[in-house]
Amino acid sequence: MAKMPKPDELLKSIDWTPPEKDWMDDVPPEIKPGRFCYPAKKNILEEIGFPNPREWSPLDDDWKLPSNSREIIVEGIIDRLKKYRSFKLFMDICVRCGACADKCHYFLGSGDPKNMPVLRAELLRSVIKGELTWQGKFFGKLAGARKLNEDIIKEWFYYFYQCSECRRCSVFCPYGIDTCEVTMMGRELLHLVGCNINWILEPVRNCFKIGNHLGLQPHTVKENIEFLCWDIEEVTGLKMEVPFNKKGAEVLFVTPSGDYFADPGIYTMMGYIMLFNYLDIDWTMSTYASEGGNFGLFTSHEAMAKINAKIYHEAERLGVKFIIGGECGHMWRVKHQYMDTATGPAPKNLETPRSPITGTVFEHAKSTKMIHICEFTADLIAHGKLDLDPSRNDKYVVTYHDSCNPSRGMGFFEEPRFILKNVCNNFYDMPENTIREKTFCCGSGSGLNTDEFMDMRMRGGLPRANAVKYVHEKHGVNMLACICAIDRAALSTLMDYWVPEVQVCGVHELVANALVFPHEKKGERKRELNLRQEPLKPEGEENA
Amino acid sequence: MGAVFALLIALGLVIFVYIGAGVIGFKALFAVVFPYAAFFIFLGGIIYRIIEWAKVPVPFRIVTTCGQQKSLKWVKRSRLESPFNNFEVALRMALEVLAFRSLFRNLRAELKGPNLLYGSSKWLWLGAIAFHYCFLIILIRHLRFFTYPVPEFLGIIEQVDGFLHVGIPHFYITDGVILAALSYLLLRRLADAKLRYISLASDFLPLFLIFGLVLSGILMRNFFKVDIVQVKEFTMGLVHFSPKVPDVGVIFYIHLTFLCALMAYFPFSKLVHMAGVFFSPTRNLANNSRAKRHEPAPWWQKPKFKTYCEWQEEFKEVLEQSGQPIDEDCYKKEAK
Repeated sequence: MAKMPKPDELLKSIDWTPPEKDWMDDVPPEIKPGRFCYPAKKNILEEIGFPNPREWSPLDDDWKLPSNSREIIVEGIIDRLKKYRSFKLFMDICVRCGACADKCHYFLGSGDPKNMPVLRAELLRSVIKGELTWQGKFFGKLAGARKLNEDIIKEWFYYFYQCSECRRCSVFCPYGIDTCEVTMMGRELLHLVGCNINWILEPVRNCFKIGNHLGLQPHTVKENIEFLCWDIEEVTGLKMEVPFNKKGAEVLFVTPSGDYFADPGIYTMMGYIMLFNYLDIDWTMSTYASEGGNFGLFTSHEAMAKINAKIYHEAERLGVKFIIGGECGHMWRVKHQYMDTATGPAPKNLETPRSPITGTVFEHAKSTKMIHICEFTADLIAHGKLDLDPSRNDKYVVTYHDSCNPSRGMGFFEEPRFILKNVCNNFYDMPENTIREKTFCCGSGSGLNTDEFMDMRMRGGLPRANAVKYVHEKHGVNMLACICAIDRAALSTLMDYWVPEVQVCGVHELVANALVFPHEKKGERKRELNLRQEPLKPEGEENA
Repeated sequence: MGAVFALLIALGLVIFVYIGAGVIGFKALFAVVFPYAAFFIFLGGIIYRIIEWAKVPVPFRIVTTCGQQKSLKWVKRSRLESPFNNFEVALRMALEVLAFRSLFRNLRAELKGPNLLYGSSKWLWLGAIAFHYCFLIILIRHLRFFTYPVPEFLGIIEQVDGFLHVGIPHFYITDGVILAALSYLLLRRLADAKLRYISLASDFLPLFLIFGLVLSGILMRNFFKVDIVQVKEFTMGLVHFSPKVPDVGVIFYIHLTFLCALMAYFPFSKLVHMAGVFFSPTRNLANNSRAKRHEPAPWWQKPKFKTYCEWQEEFKEVLEQSGQPIDEDCYKKEAK
């Protein structure tokens, strides 16, 4: 792992001026430490049946690519141009107006011009022109066309794994060109010749074979969650029930496996458990469909579907009525935009989600039968079904990070804010141009949240961190709430680097802190600790 | 280098016409052959491109949502930025196509000391919208040459457009604005280092072609005046497929040839964004993919995955040890 520069050194190193040299000639790229992820291990590729398994490193001169790589990839391009209108259209209509150029967090943090979304797409577009159009073949460089070669494959690998598929650029593009689609295609093409990263494909393997990204076996999932229940008992004095693989339950709850054991995700997980126990609803988790997240989305459409399909399969076996999904960013892009088409229709036993507590029918999910936990909770709060004491979160001054995928792939802005405003007294939004549909990536999305990528993660996370720093300095914000498991892990690292005074939490951690259980209401036991087992009030103040 | 190349092409075109139509006097080629050829290339080319896009399926609903989704009844949703039905999609598209909504959002990032700032930046939007609308009005004004009698509204447009009453004939405001807009669009590509870096020859060529078209038009109307009666006879002839080659100054042929070049180039260039924007799946779909089932593309195959029963078989021991239920149905099904 590369040594990280100090934050102020990193800031000073940012220069957005592009080099003199024409970008087309600037290959192969200089592979910088801290800016690439380690390749997928040989055995992983073998186990999931991906092409060209081998030992290699991006730092090698010889990447051990198949000798007919060019033919393989060109064929792959032709195939995908026939399958995805997005891809074909986006390759055709860009006018290079440059509106996207300074919208990418990786460009803002690194100044590397090939991180401008327009150029990231051009890396692929130029090859399509050069290999498949007469203008490109005839005019070559003048038409912005290149022939594919090994150097360009190296360039693709470097830059398609420096994109977090956050889609911020697509908000600003006058034609809605979505770099996420381009990166997805780029990564699919790279798989064909065996260029991919371990941080994505090992979780995919684990998901295929075991059931979740981390490869936790069913007994381990259960044990981890039992640990969390003990912690809850410590805080509340109550025994929690978490049913596993329970047939005939009303609700199947699915959430990213990161929340089973990674700090601070575990506190969010504890929040879900406490909420469901408070409501006493008939729910179950599954140790088979034990992953809500989906690193398949960062791999290929097929891998995404293969992982997601298990959820409907399990919902059918268990005979539940509907599904609630936990707080997770890319998971919700899949659930919202892909799930039904790719792996539906939903099994017949599922019904349009209806809250067993309030009776609200979630019509907007009547096809997928799956709702977001924040939709569920916001509805409960709106109906006054939760007894909340927001002052229990008074030691926190909270801001909210809109995760990329629920924001730009779902339009999920008000529900989590409504919850936050009801469970804590101090809430401040970050500046307008850095939230909602204009939100910035944590810098580690789309499977890039690995340690060896740290330089780029801290650079890409700078715009987000900078906005947090603004509200930290202005309002004393010390807690960054989010609804994404990758965020909870990645933002913690990011805050440690840029704004160390700020911690990270999930929305439901704060919900559970504020949730007043009946025995607490009656005064049988006072809540003195939050879920992190810290005193509820800042030191020196009495717990009220 | 791209800019120089594109400029040379545009200048070459002028010389080509000057020699071809002016010196050699081969006017029929420029007045009849090129216009028809260019027009049919334009029409055929655009239709071809549209069919090519339309043929490709849209497998997933990849809307870019820029506003609140429709969820709980009391949550105020954004119909224009996160449309839920086709009517709302039409509104969103209208705003995008007619008002360049997304470009209007544009921000400019600045790194000031340790702070990243994002200021509103509407210049590109202004330049783009001024250019496109002026171009449209100028096109409409030219209908005068292709209609008889000339519809009344054209007269009104001309009066409004020339209301400054500068020069005889009156100088059109749109002519001035489009020149200013084109200059801005060109200069930003040359002045901004980032834009210079990403610009290709094919980004400059349309600009120079349109520049040539507009300049030659203004020169013809306001300076090197041509016999307008002959021109109208010629254009009406084009419409009725019996064109009569006009005996007018070479400036007219330069103007006409710039138009032909632009039309012929159109379908094979980035200019197809005009038609393409309507097909953009991040903008033209409704954000209702949880409420409404969308059938997969014909090529899509449902994934094969490890079923619960296969998984249970593999983990049976640990499931039993940790007290998780064993699904007996797995064995019943097998027995059948």
